[in-house]
Amino acid sequence: MKRQIIMLGIALAMPITTSACSRGDVDTSGEAKPAQEDQAAPSGGEATSAQSPDEIAKARNLSPADVSAALKTYMPSGRHDEYVQFASSGHGGQVLAIGLPSMRLLKMIATFSPEPWQGYGYGAKSTMDTLNGGNAGDKELRWADDHHPALSETAGDYDGQFLFIGDKANARVAVIDLRDFETKQIVKNPISNIDHGGMFVTPDTEWVVEGGQYAMPLGGGYAPMEDYKEKYRGHITFWKFDRAAGRIDMAKSFAMEVPPYWQDLCDSGKKGSTGWVFCNSINTELATGKADKDGVNFESGVSQNDMDFLHVVNLKKAEELVAAGKTTEINGFNVLPLDTAAAEGALYFIPEPKSPHGADVTPGGEYIVVGGKLDQNATVYSFQKIQDAIAAGGLDKDDYGVPIIPFDKAMEAQVQLGLGPLHTQFDDKGFAYTSLFLDSAVAKWSLGGDYRKDGLEPWKLVTKTPVQYNIGHLATAEGDTVSPDGHYLVAMNKWAIDRFQNVGPLVPQNFQLLDLDQPEPDKMPVIYDAPIGVGEPHYAQIIKADKLKGWEKYPEIGWDTDKMAKDPDAPLTGTERVERDGNKVTIYMTAIRSHFTPERIEVNVGDEVTLKITNVEQTYDATHGFAVPIYNLNLSLEPGETQTVEFTADRAGVYPFYCTEFCSALHLEMVGYLLVKDTPAAQ
Amino acid sequence: MSQALRGVFGAADHQIPAISRVVRQPGFIRSTLLFIAAAALIVASIFFPYWHMRLNAPQFPQGLDLTVYIDHMEGDISTIDGLNHYIGMKPLGGAAQLERLLAPFALGAIVLMILATAFIHRKWFAPLVLPAIFLPLVFLGDMYYWLHSYGQGLDPRAALSSSVKPFTPALLGHGDIGQFSTDATVRVGFWMASVASILILLGLHERRKARQAALREAAAEA
Repeated sequence: MKRQIIMLGIALAMPITTSACSRGDVDTSGEAKPAQEDQAAPSGGEATSAQSPDEIAKARNLSPADVSAALKTYMPSGRHDEYVQFASSGHGGQVLAIGLPSMRLLKMIATFSPEPWQGYGYGAKSTMDTLNGGNAGDKELRWADDHHPALSETAGDYDGQFLFIGDKANARVAVIDLRDFETKQIVKNPISNIDHGGMFVTPDTEWVVEGGQYAMPLGGGYAPMEDYKEKYRGHITFWKFDRAAGRIDMAKSFAMEVPPYWQDLCDSGKKGSTGWVFCNSINTELATGKADKDGVNFESGVSQNDMDFLHVVNLKKAEELVAAGKTTEINGFNVLPLDTAAAEGALYFIPEPKSPHGADVTPGGEYIVVGGKLDQNATVYSFQKIQDAIAAGGLDKDDYGVPIIPFDKAMEAQVQLGLGPLHTQFDDKGFAYTSLFLDSAVAKWSLGGDYRKDGLEPWKLVTKTPVQYNIGHLATAEGDTVSPDGHYLVAMNKWAIDRFQNVGPLVPQNFQLLDLDQPEPDKMPVIYDAPIGVGEPHYAQIIKADKLKGWEKYPEIGWDTDKMAKDPDAPLTGTERVERDGNKVTIYMTAIRSHFTPERIEVNVGDEVTLKITNVEQTYDATHGFAVPIYNLNLSLEPGETQTVEFTADRAGVYPFYCTEFCSALHLEMVGYLLVKDTPAAQ
Repeated sequence: MSQALRGVFGAADHQIPAISRVVRQPGFIRSTLLFIAAAALIVASIFFPYWHMRLNAPQFPQGLDLTVYIDHMEGDISTIDGLNHYIGMKPLGGAAQLERLLAPFALGAIVLMILATAFIHRKWFAPLVLPAIFLPLVFLGDMYYWLHSYGQGLDPRAALSSSVKPFTPALLGHGDIGQFSTDATVRVGFWMASVASILILLGLHERRKARQAALREAAAEA
């Protein structure tokens, strides 16, 4: 009997082993393969005791191209990545910092949504203030659909100081300080409930640009959709950034009222085109959706016209108009009216084909590249031709009085790339890279003009690499600055399908790293797949890692992370105490490995408790947490940081508070007791 | 200069004829220069570390440093204090407070005594350079005293008092305590003070030879 069972076991094992072997097909093309037809995804190979590179490659079924990819991306222990990619996480509401080329996730920076590890939104006053700053009146907003991160720039190049990110869902902007990688400010756009095209900074970060999207009555009031053309409007908002304060200055910011054409993505001019901003739009049809069974739904209605309008904004002119007081106020916010902008030469339109997407300015600022979701071309406009057309005058106007520059007067080239071109970035050798959604590919193509000194044919497709699958944005290293680096490209794919182990029907996005340093210019293989299981990233920017000068600890013990200065009232070693004034109790506490001082706190039920706590450590990575059960409090205190928590001790009982960040061998002993006595507080 | 000093101090000296010969000796001038060099070295040593300890542990890949100057300490003091509290060692800031406070004055006095000896040719001035000669040894002795005092004076209620018993950290060379290994060395300031000691000894030797030569000259003339 026993022997029979063993025989059966061998018989069952045979086909499995055989089929595993038969999948050992070797790919030497260097390009990632599309999904295989058989159901089982190819195995990455089994664990092996082989030691020599050749034996390991053989045992794990790795082709020479696979081995090259591994060697290009593997980061030995202790080595740091060359680049850092800041990616939105879509409706994850946070920002991802990812190292390149290893594609290791370094941090998910808490931004629009509470995040307990960073003590963001669980009692720490500075974080509560930041989150509440993004509320819409009495609506407490605690999620976001963040889309487009923008690193601060100096002279058109990333300077590594700040990061901005827009929330499409609620028309908000967050400011992250890259000294401590913490979100310092969230501002809510007072005139709109939704946006899309943010954030894009001007070359010296004086302005952070936010393009609106779905039109609505500015200010958030009601108007019936029958009044769409008259009462619904789009906006392009220019947020004034005060670099010294590290904050957006709402009072000096303004929005430009624009027609309800669904402005989409913007980019700022660079170098010669500094002072101008370009945004594509998608609904010149003024579609209002399917109201009854005979109506046309948005997906068709918005896609009827062969051309929509590229918005060309003379920001310098708009600034002058704002300074001259030619604005109106909506909800206390400066708005430059559409008729003023159109009449004074602050806004122009250029036709752009078809279902356009993206507006990306070349490194030298000479050209603007627009994709078309239902087109085969990337359309390139010349900034100089735009200027010439404006100077020539005699422009027709659209229904809203905005001058229209004729397509052929502004167009420099159309480059046939394939199906569904969306977003374009650049390298240091005069090439552009465009994502092709429908083709699921990245197209590399040659720029013309001054970019073409190597004799290659200008404005021409060079090569395409398939990516898996449905690419949205892409990013090359510093690829939207005045001096792109080349080297790496990340394809941000919306679908992963079979790329990874199944983790249920909600599938991670797939970030694919493409190698741009191949000797043959027509090769750019995929060299790494990174699953992003924390949201749906849209855009990302890739910065040289040595430009980031993050702190290892706060500069002084007792640091206020909101004011970015020492808090004169911070508890320090030796000044720990409990002060009581009627039913108001203020606790000054310190944390150091492995104890809190004081570690026993007695209050009466109903007491209003203010707790200030400083991590007095000066050692890199010696972070302490501070958590109080049931009261929903958890702080993260990095070395030197002071935080304040305010709560009402409204439930009597015994609450052991403890350090939530494993800090030392005696971490479990880093605890104290909050004793809430059931005797009512003195009044 | 030596003429002037001789004028002030030498007028009542009954050995003036011989001593005036002393200051003319090349050996005397050499000794004066040696004393001045020693004094300059001791002054300069204030700005350089005398002693250094490197602490290494797995979770401190860069190591921790404690650098001792004649009048202050530098390095990862708060981190070392944070770790030391587990074994009940007192904060480093409390050690040798008096020495560090007095060090600038003491060194100033030592230097003045060297200079006095350099320019004054009285025999009884020679012992004034003794503190300078012994400065390096006194420094090491005081370091040892404090290492011993701190290592032996651990708080018995500390968290790790049952596993780390009182000990004396190594004054020089390698030591091990818990997961830490320590390497202690003397540094540039200490070597400057040591060279100053040797220069002073050489200076005293030169001066002795000059006195003898002067006495021989005087005897020959008499």
